[in-house]
Amino acid sequence: MIIQFICRAVLLGVPLLYGSTGEIITEKSGHLNLGIPGIMYVGAISGVVGSFLYETACGNELANMNPLLAVLIPLLCSLLGSILMGLIYNFLTVTLHANQNVTGLAITTLGIGLGNFLGASLINITKSELPSIALTKTSSFFKVQLPFADDLGWFGELFLSYDFLTYLAIIIALVASFVLNKTRVGLNLRAVGENPATADAAGINVTRYKYLATCIGSAIAGLGGLQYVMSYADGVWSNNAFGDRGWMAIALVIFALWKPSMAIAGSFLFGALCNANNYIQGLGTETQELFKMLPYIVTIVVLIITSMRKKREHQPPESLGLSYFREER
Amino acid sequence: MAKVVTKSAREPMFHVAKRDDLPWWQAWGIRVITILISFLLVGLLCVVVTGQSFGESFEMMYSGVFGRLFQGHTTMLWKYLQEIAILLSLALALTPAFKMKFWNCGAEGQALMGGLASIICMIELGDKLSYPVLLAVIAVTSIIAGAIWGVIPAIFKAFFNTNETLFTLMMNYIATQIIAYYVYIKGGGSNVINPVEAGNFPSVAGNDYFVNIVVVTVITVLMYIYLKYSKQGYEIAVVGESQNTARYIGVNVKKVIIRTMIISGALCGVTGMLLVAGKDHSININSVGGQGFTAILMSWLGQFNPFIMVIMTAIVVFLRLGVAKVADTALLNSSFSEIMVGIVILMLVGCEFFIHYTIKFKQKKGVVA
Repeated sequence: MIIQFICRAVLLGVPLLYGSTGEIITEKSGHLNLGIPGIMYVGAISGVVGSFLYETACGNELANMNPLLAVLIPLLCSLLGSILMGLIYNFLTVTLHANQNVTGLAITTLGIGLGNFLGASLINITKSELPSIALTKTSSFFKVQLPFADDLGWFGELFLSYDFLTYLAIIIALVASFVLNKTRVGLNLRAVGENPATADAAGINVTRYKYLATCIGSAIAGLGGLQYVMSYADGVWSNNAFGDRGWMAIALVIFALWKPSMAIAGSFLFGALCNANNYIQGLGTETQELFKMLPYIVTIVVLIITSMRKKREHQPPESLGLSYFREER
Repeated sequence: MAKVVTKSAREPMFHVAKRDDLPWWQAWGIRVITILISFLLVGLLCVVVTGQSFGESFEMMYSGVFGRLFQGHTTMLWKYLQEIAILLSLALALTPAFKMKFWNCGAEGQALMGGLASIICMIELGDKLSYPVLLAVIAVTSIIAGAIWGVIPAIFKAFFNTNETLFTLMMNYIATQIIAYYVYIKGGGSNVINPVEAGNFPSVAGNDYFVNIVVVTVITVLMYIYLKYSKQGYEIAVVGESQNTARYIGVNVKKVIIRTMIISGALCGVTGMLLVAGKDHSININSVGGQGFTAILMSWLGQFNPFIMVIMTAIVVFLRLGVAKVADTALLNSSFSEIMVGIVILMLVGCEFFIHYTIKFKQKKGVVA
């Protein structure tokens, strides 16, 4: 029971981890990307479209499908979709100096619209009776586990029972943490986020860093959407099922104090909080609705505490949300 | 002295410079052209997706918004005005906060709490109070509920500088869960509260939406006056420009932040009341339906001017209803309209660049003085 709870929490946390790692990288370049929720939708639906096309091309026969292609095609589609959205955001905020909050919110509107529209269109095409589209075959390839995981009892279930995207999320977060803190590229990126004018004077190509950070961040966030559909939801896409996870990912950034390694623990904690209502005994449905508030309340408490303590290393990048124009003093 | 600077090989073809304020007609010319281009784009996308002709698409949009207006059917027009009223009143509610650079992303939750207060009054007090008293109680409680939901993040922002964007955002989801809880107990587990008869706004001249539209019209004018001519409106503008300046001229910044968010939240609460008592007569978690976020964009695109916001909301609601009709006729999902709204807003956001900046191409030799 407890092990099952933890496993569920991890699975629920992974999309948040992808989203918040992506957002942390973006914010380190000084850009508050409120488009992440929309980008995660696009990442998810692009993967769904890719795998749908591949499944159809294989005549919907499991035997015809090449495991490698079945994973790679959705993965690449997802990356492509979310990077495209990231590029739109970049073009508007970096090149055209548009307001970041407004652009981000518009990207979210666009992304959620795209997700629901393409999802509904696919549901139309398949003439499915349920308002959802099932890609269980592709999902089965995504969820391949290590062959000996089942033999290891609780240890296997707790640590080895996940799909590869879960491990990838943790690896990406650790790598991001390393790159940000220990390498020159990371130092430059942080410099851009703290004070782009100084970074520019030091010879760092500010525009390139901003573009790259936001695009990489979007790509990572998009993978979160893909993981949700392919692993957590067993390849079933239904409109709006992804819900507000994107916003929680953004909140998690503050919870993690802009540290990807902290985001790992934070996302699993959030996953547990989201899921707690299903595991506490004797709750009526109406009380469960109240329990679903938990992650949001925790986020608010963390927001308040971090703002009250005002520790220097726990602050957002200094020029977060401001657009940089070289000729401005 | 001889010319020292030699032309570097990497000299860029052009550079971007800030330009002086454009005369208003040029700035608006750019915006109008952008709107026209984006409508052309929307039309093209409709053609590509549905296979109708260009003309048919726009005819369909028109019929989705106005219906058969010239045959004397005004139902659709009223519905259109009603939708504008709701979105506009949210945008107006957010405007004082934005002008103060307080990113209130919580319109959704504040409106839901206002709506919740309304529906509780309608259900619990509907048969106990006389009609005028009931309406008054509904109005007061919704305003208070919305104001409370708005002021909580403001207090923390004022005293601890807590990030208001995320705080207000999280308050949305807490409000949503409270609504889900209430709907569950009142709806007997069916997730639906049947429309309540008591405490509905009166229909004027056979029209249910008349009161809503009048209320929002009044708020529009009052908000314009408040922001432009009142002392408080001036304080909001100063705090938004620079908190240090505000402190220097003796404005109590904390007080202004809290007061402004009470106003902003209260107006969102009014919107909730309009939604519940004036439109749906019921409530569910999707009553506001994400309009809180669209309203943020409306307020920003309206340059904090209530009357421009009227135009912007009219355009966006037109797209939403019109494109939904186009999509419906072609048996497509109505989310298509969200995509179109997103595209048009992104283009409008992008066009601001051409108003504030100018691209200077490299000048030819000898021209440089």
